Amino acid sequence: MVALRFLRALSLVRCSGPGARSPSYRARGIRRAAYACMAASAGPRRAWSRALLRKIRRRPGRGLRRPRAVIRRRRPVGGGDPLEVALRRLVPGGGCMEYCRLLEEAADYVKCLAMQVRLMQTIVDSASHVNSID
Amino acid sequence: MGGKHRRIGGEVGWRVGSSSFATAFRPFPSRSRFKMSSRRNRVSEEEINELISKLQSLLPETRRRGAGRASAAKLLKETCSYIRSLNREVDDLSDRLSGLMATLDSNSAEAEIIRSLLPS
Repeated sequence: MVALRFLRALSLVRCSGPGARSPSYRARGIRRAAYACMAASAGPRRAWSRALLRKIRRRPGRGLRRPRAVIRRRRPVGGGDPLEVALRRLVPGGGCMEYCRLLEEAADYVKCLAMQVRLMQTIVDSASHVNSID
Repeated sequence: MGGKHRRIGGEVGWRVGSSSFATAFRPFPSRSRFKMSSRRNRVSEEEINELISKLQSLLPETRRRGAGRASAAKLLKETCSYIRSLNREVDDLSDRLSGLMATLDSNSAEAEIIRSLLPS
């Protein structure tokens, strides 16, 4: 499922003007597509996927934001352990979670991220193999 | 009375002051919350250990630092560095993919394969 989503996203990046954009712009688009596909495939039941999709969809430079109706926990949790703080920064949405929840989300995030890396590695390998044949 | 000033996240009851009027209307009485949190602390040690061993099983072999249980701190450190390295790999693979896609001809077999995989 992740693979299909990602390939579809890749085809969209390619069709949007192959000559007009710089390679770094394309690379950023691919990176964003990779994270978006990963989060979309994980589904809304995971806090990290929701946070990641929110971050991706929130484009920088937009003016006003809608006022949030939901009361969200903004209290920074447990600032004591530097390792815990580092993990909270790395896992999307990890700032306001309980410790148990953070570990669960981190495990799921690592699993999905590793799968995404394997998928991209496979695509790159097959594409460079085809390129070397031609 | 110190418990009433304790902030407990985004739930409704935390803003209540120390008057008896407010106490009568507080939806979550503080005493049961303290009991719940101490019960939760006792149970959550096991949960935390279980989650940490689950994290250890997700790390690749080279990062697992041999057999047996490493300390929780080492595991967290390894997890953080593993996540960072995975993010770096995604960046690197995105760069390589954008370079490869630029060189792929639109009529190549690879493009055909990709097109055939996508549901039209």
